[in-house]
Amino acid sequence: MTLNQLRVGLIFAACAVALPAAQAQDVTGAGASFPAPIYAKWADAYNKASGARINYQSVGSGAGIRQIKAKTVDFGASDAPLKDEELAKDGLVQFPTVIGGVVPVVNIKGINPGQVKLTGQVLGDIYLGKITKWNDAAITALNPGVALPDAAIAPVRRADGSGTSFLFTNYLSKVNAEWKSKVGEGTAVNWPTGAGGKGNEGVSAFVMRLPNSIGYVEYAYAKQNKMSHVLLKNQAGNFVAPADSAFKAAAAGAEWTKSFYQVLTEQPGKDSWPITGATFILMHKQQDKPANAANSLKFFDWAYANGDKTADDMDYVPLPASVKELVRKLWADNLKDAAGKAVSFK
Amino acid sequence: MAAILPANPISSDPSLERVRPQGNPPTRKVVAPWADALFATLAQGAAWLTLSLLVGILVSLLFGAAPAIEKYGLSFLWTSDWDPVQEKFGGLVMIYGTLTTSLIALVIAVPVSFGIAVFLTELSPSWLKRPLGIAVELLAAVPSIVYGMWGLLVFGPILATYVQQPLQSLLSGVPYLGALVSGPPVGIGILSAGIILAIMIIPFIASVMRDVFEVTPPMLKESAYGLGATTWEVVSRVVLPYTKTGVMGGVMLGLGRALGETMAVTFVIGNMNQLNSLSVFEAANSITSALANEFAEAGEGLHQASLIYLGLVLFFITFVVLACSKVLLARLKKSEGARA
Repeated sequence: MTLNQLRVGLIFAACAVALPAAQAQDVTGAGASFPAPIYAKWADAYNKASGARINYQSVGSGAGIRQIKAKTVDFGASDAPLKDEELAKDGLVQFPTVIGGVVPVVNIKGINPGQVKLTGQVLGDIYLGKITKWNDAAITALNPGVALPDAAIAPVRRADGSGTSFLFTNYLSKVNAEWKSKVGEGTAVNWPTGAGGKGNEGVSAFVMRLPNSIGYVEYAYAKQNKMSHVLLKNQAGNFVAPADSAFKAAAAGAEWTKSFYQVLTEQPGKDSWPITGATFILMHKQQDKPANAANSLKFFDWAYANGDKTADDMDYVPLPASVKELVRKLWADNLKDAAGKAVSFK
Repeated sequence: MAAILPANPISSDPSLERVRPQGNPPTRKVVAPWADALFATLAQGAAWLTLSLLVGILVSLLFGAAPAIEKYGLSFLWTSDWDPVQEKFGGLVMIYGTLTTSLIALVIAVPVSFGIAVFLTELSPSWLKRPLGIAVELLAAVPSIVYGMWGLLVFGPILATYVQQPLQSLLSGVPYLGALVSGPPVGIGILSAGIILAIMIIPFIASVMRDVFEVTPPMLKESAYGLGATTWEVVSRVVLPYTKTGVMGGVMLGLGRALGETMAVTFVIGNMNQLNSLSVFEAANSITSALANEFAEAGEGLHQASLIYLGLVLFFITFVVLACSKVLLARLKKSEGARA
């Protein structure tokens, strides 16, 4: 190999290395698993529309928060919102992307979807292990005329830490005082009873297999697997069925203008589904890599504008238009590069 | 022996003088002395790399677990609270679950593997040996998550319907045995996890046992048969003593896998961080399963540190198991010398 050939070779090698860097539109995010399917779908569509690539790793909310704090990703994702103080401490902002609901499902022979009515109090007592039979007076009083069996209730819950569990336990803490003092809320709690399934699919597999069981899964799982959901009593005193409109009603009642720290459980409104929640994105206020931040924001801006239909198809609920505008305002006001200039997302 | 044969027959017998090599041996042509040195360095480096990785893992585990170690010390090992909300952690349930499921797995897997190995080496007609041997080894190639799903969807219900419920009705009034089989009849829990683990480690133990049984010198076996020994006597008095190191190695390999198995266990153990009774049908948790389930969502601080502490405990358990097996083997060797 002459020196010249070597030089040419080196230039080619340098080009090969430089090429991916030249189209550095790749953005990485990591976190919550609940919105992972919709983010993947959006990212795919966005890639076709703009050519930019969004890599989203569904590693769990806790890991997503860790990674955004360590700045190993461009955006983190969490099912549970961070408190405003915590955001301020780490210089983060958060904004919601989509809304979803958690649905209690049962497997009782001869019981159809929507036939069993429960209140939060009773649901909490079941998961506390205080109500152990389906024909307990507390349940039959809510369900006159429904033939509930004299059988032990087999509660099923998530074994892994998850945003679904957070919403569920947050709801139970709001409506059942004993739950609040004994167990509390969190992505993982000290469950007093019940078998643990891994992931939504684990819980739905358990519930479909175990007779007389009760579990809780994301709405999409309940709907796609045609599981028997229950009707829950909401804050207004109505028994409601889980549906897109019921989640929307719950989201409408939240005071987004005050703060994006909104857990949408037990919201006012006569049609509100009581276990509703948004999923959130976390980003640093001060951006070391403004180009990546701009690309992330462009992606979410695009998703807000064009992603609602996909969300509907996948049984997520898009944000109300007013909330989207609030989020765009948050971006413009808070996300700055090192020089203090706002990160552009248009 | 020494009296009959001289220690070095060649040098002491002058008649064998002519077979001695004549002249100097040809000098070895050293092509690249640095290549030898390089190879030696690389080989040594590989050995040190593994060791330093081990130390590195241990140190990072200790570092990560430091907050939990500081707060709980050794009481972590016998406390059974696991409450992420109130930040109270104790690893007893997981440690108990890991040890019990592995023990159940060994109790089932070792005799079965022994049977497989004896059948394949001593009893099986030769046309059956190969297909059967391959079939057993194929079991080892099944991914663990498949065992987990099978355990949850197929095996669990069978266990609940045909084993647990009959046992419960049979032993309902008996004081201790009744408690041992109590629990909700769902077919998941410590026993299911143990049985699934047993199925998973049988191919490992069985194929190691078969391989070491096969290397027993035929002369020894045939001598024993010639003296009128039965197959059982040959296996227990000749083959097993000859191969005990290998057999122990196989069992330890299986135990190591059972202690560290995650996916299959997490599906069937029930993931319950509380120990309500000592029933084998009670849902519990294992160290690996707790780690897999909770690590991704564990916030920084005590929860994460406690999970890492659990990892450290598992590290320690496998270390102790390995050390015990070495001690056991050394004991066996010693007693062998005493007998002879």
